[in-house]
Formats: sequence, structure tokens, C-alpha cells
Amino acid sequence: MQMVKNRWLKIGSEVLVLASLFTLVQYLIAANLLSQYLQINLTSMCINIILAVSLSLINGFTGQLSLGHAGFMAVGAYVAVIMTNMLDQPFIIGILAGCLAAALAGFIIGVPTLRLKGDYLAIATLAFGEIIRVTLQNIDYVNGPAGIMGIPKLTTWPWLFGGTVLTVLVIVNLVNSSYGRAIVSIREDEIASELMGINTTKYKVLAFVIGAMFAGLGGVLYAHYFYIIKPETFNFLKSFDILVMVVLGGLGSTTGAIIAAIFITAITAALQSFPAIRMILYALILIIVMIYRPQGLMGNKELSTKIFGRIWSGRNELNGNK
Amino acid sequence: MNLMEINNLDKSFGGLSALLDFNFQIAENELVGLIGPNGAGKTTVFNLITGVYKPDRGSIMFRGENLAGLPPYTICAKGIARTFQNIRLFNDLTVLDNVKISAHKNVPYGLISAIFRTPGFFRGEEEIEKEALRYLELFHLKDKKDELAKNLPYGEQRRLEIVRALATRPLLLILDEPAAGMNPQETQELMGLIRHIRDEFNLTILLIEHDMSLVMGVCERLYVLDYGQIIAEGTPAEIRSNRRVIEAYLGEDVE
Repeated sequence: MQMVKNRWLKIGSEVLVLASLFTLVQYLIAANLLSQYLQINLTSMCINIILAVSLSLINGFTGQLSLGHAGFMAVGAYVAVIMTNMLDQPFIIGILAGCLAAALAGFIIGVPTLRLKGDYLAIATLAFGEIIRVTLQNIDYVNGPAGIMGIPKLTTWPWLFGGTVLTVLVIVNLVNSSYGRAIVSIREDEIASELMGINTTKYKVLAFVIGAMFAGLGGVLYAHYFYIIKPETFNFLKSFDILVMVVLGGLGSTTGAIIAAIFITAITAALQSFPAIRMILYALILIIVMIYRPQGLMGNKELSTKIFGRIWSGRNELNGNK
Repeated sequence: MNLMEINNLDKSFGGLSALLDFNFQIAENELVGLIGPNGAGKTTVFNLITGVYKPDRGSIMFRGENLAGLPPYTICAKGIARTFQNIRLFNDLTVLDNVKISAHKNVPYGLISAIFRTPGFFRGEEEIEKEALRYLELFHLKDKKDELAKNLPYGEQRRLEIVRALATRPLLLILDEPAAGMNPQETQELMGLIRHIRDEFNLTILLIEHDMSLVMGVCERLYVLDYGQIIAEGTPAEIRSNRRVIEAYLGEDVE
């Protein structure tokens, strides 16, 4: 009974925090207190969180090095834009279609490539990402290399916030379940995992498909905020950017991925005023972090309210000992 | 009744014949040892039984079903679990999670239920946790449940591997050199543990071991493998006096 009560207490407090965060930003936007510049960065931040958390499921938890995440983002973005811009469907249809298409692409790419390991898988996914990009460049229906312009700006704060929360929630809940343990056991030791009764191929593909689906969501939200999409936006450098966030945050840590996504978006924004040395500073910051925190900002630990609880109970113990 | 019966099993790697015409039976509730010099093909037998390798020829009949060529997770589901010669724990996970993973093949809730945190999920998780803790308690690892597997001392890592295998609820437990790296006292304890497991869980156990005191002390029947072929089979007493075995493996001055 106590456990059930604690569970509801925890859910209640989480909902309260999220709801107040949402209302605060919604109010700031409605009251015109948030500058255009900050709004753009806030949008990038949310999209980066979606991308980093979804890739962290594949790279961090399943331990499969994938370098094609931008490809899934592209599939989501293009399919959604075709729905909203060309076929005049409502945004929600665009979102659903984009996510489904990206998940399908993840399945098609995952089944043949996930039998490869390590470097070989990395190269195969990299190649598939590029295939998606080059294919888009050669489809006249979506204007080839020129891309699609004049996409309606449908990504509003509620969609953005909802999408980010949904992504984090689904992936955190998945990871902290028996299915998540099965997925993580593949990272730890694939042979032992298989011998303990885990169908490793099935779970690798599952993680890949879910990761791709949310990358698609990131793509949909991106396309409907920044007015224009072209194949070049989703090249392998974009995949690499997302990978940097996951590694920086710590492989196997969702909170790490979120913190790193916020951190990198903030750095990129801050360095925009020094265009000449921007990339050098960016690289330097990454090198410094990797030297002093080679396991990433969070390692494979999670930041949670439990830590504060532990500090609190530790203090009480000290007081009790006096 | 025989729980498992292996007939004419062959396996070669490239030109090297690792196992030739291997025949083997194990009855229900029996405790059988497989011994032989290094490189004789013992671990190959285990890898064939558990599906890590596919046999070139022959059958592995387990409760009337041929397991040859099935993937490892299916074989695990049929009731065969094993430990490894070189410990293969899930190092960065806690002791408790290592054992919980074994329960996944009977996971009592669905993926959707996990993602949306339905009441069934919480009930199922509670069930899995209770079961895992029960196993850990039996093997005196319960107070270490939150430690990472890699931080356990060597002997406890070996024990955790056995617990993890048992948690898949096997009918046949296969132990690959369970006493490797243990001192004589730990080996003694392990002998007691193996007998205890067999009686407590009503299991059939097959083990590979180099430590002769353990093999002779605990096994009811032995198979001796040399150069991929069975050269002798019998009770420990028979094996001890078998000339071919002495020549091939034990050396002249045993006893």
C-alpha cells in the first residue's frame, strides 16, 4: 500500500513540475516576453533532446554504434511535409505519418545491418543514412537538392513540449522495464544475453525501430519550425552532431543525453557571435570534457530526485549520530 | 528415463575436427562430469548443446525434441542453462539486474504495458523482483544486490553466474569449470553447493571441471574426452582405474 502511495506521489510531483514548466514558457511566449532568438534556441534544444535521447537508446543502451540517425530524421521530415504541405493534411497526420515512415525505415535498415557489430555496423548505418539523403536529392517530387520551402510553421510550444516529454517518457519507461534490461544485457554481453533466453536480434531491431521513430518525430518538428528542408541538412555531419551529444552525456544515461543536448545547443548559440573561431572553440570544449570526463558528463548514471533524497537522509543520519 | 541423448555429433572448424562421433546420455536428476585434457573439445560440446555452435552432423535429443541447430534463446526456453568458463556476467549492471534478466523469457507483461506503466507492469515487476531476491538469498548474495557485478570478488562472481543460470528455471544446468580459480576451501564449498542445488531444484547437472577432487567427489558418472572423442565412460571409481584415461589424462602416478 505504501509503495502504491509513493508511486502516486512521485507521478503527481513529476506532473506538477512539467505542468508548471509548460505553463511558464507558454505564458512567456503569449506575453511576448521571450525574444525570437530565445524561442529559436528553445526549439532547437527540444529537438536536440528528442534526437539525443532516441539515439541514446540505440548507442547507449543497446550498445549498437549507429551513424545514420539524421537519415531517419530526414524520412520523418519529408514524409510529414508531403502530408501537410502538399496534401493539405492536418499537422497530427503529418506527425503520425512521419514517425511511422521513420520507424519503417528503421526496420528496413535494422534487419540486415544489425547482424553486424561495432565498426562494421557504424559504416553500414552511415552508408544507409547517405543513401536516404542521396535518394531525396534525386526525387523531383520533393524538389531534389533545392529542397522544400515555405513549410507552414506548425511546430508550436505545446507540440514541441509534448513531443519532448513523450520521447523521454517512452524511452525511460522502456529502459526501466524487463524489456529495457533485455536491451541493456545485449550491450553488456551479447552471447551471455542470448544464452539467458533473450532473442537478441529481436530486441536490437526493436530498439533501432523505436529510436528511428523518435528521430522521425525530431525531423517533423524541425521541418515545421525552420520553414525549409533540403537533403543537405540531414547529412552525416548531422548524425555526428547527435552522436556527440550522446557520448558527451554518457553512454547509457538518458539524463546525460538531455543535459548534453541542452549544453551543446547553448554552446552553439553562444558561439554564434564568434563565427571565425566558432568551430575551434566547439572542438576545444569537447576535447576538454572528454579528457576530464571520458565516461561522459553522467557516465551511465541517471540524475534523479533520489540523489537529493540520499543527501537528505545522509544529513539526518549525521544529526542522529550527534 | 534419459533427459538428454546426443547421437553421433560431429563438429569441425575449418580442417580441424573438434568433435567426432560424440555420443552421450544423461538421465533425469543425474550429476554427470565431462573431463579431458585442455583442447579435448569439452567446451565445444557445451557450445553445441546450448546452440552457440551448430553441429555438422548428429542429433541432440532433449525430452524427445532435437535441439541441433536451434538458436541459443530457444534452447534456453526449452530448459537448458549454463555458466561460462570465463565469467560472462553483465558487468555494469547490478547483481539484482543480472538475475532479473533471466526472468525476461517469461516476462509477465507486454511492451505497451511497460511503456504506459499499467498496473500489470507494477505487479509483474514486483513478481520478478521477489523471485530474483529469493534466488539471491538462497546463495547468500542478497545484501550485495545493489552492487555492480564487476565489483564482486571472484568467488561471488562465479556464484552469481550460477544464480543467473538457475533463475532461467532450467531442467538441465551446465557448469563450465565452476571451480576454476578457486582455492581448495572454496572448491569444497562449491561441491556442497552443487549437490544442494541439484536436490533443492530437482535438477540435472552436467559439468566440466579440471579439479579432480571436485569431479571425483561430486559426479555420479563421468565421460572422458580426448582429441574430440569419448575414450571412457563410467563411475568415478571405474574412471580412476581405467588405463586409457590414466595414459591420456591423469598421468601414471595417480593415487
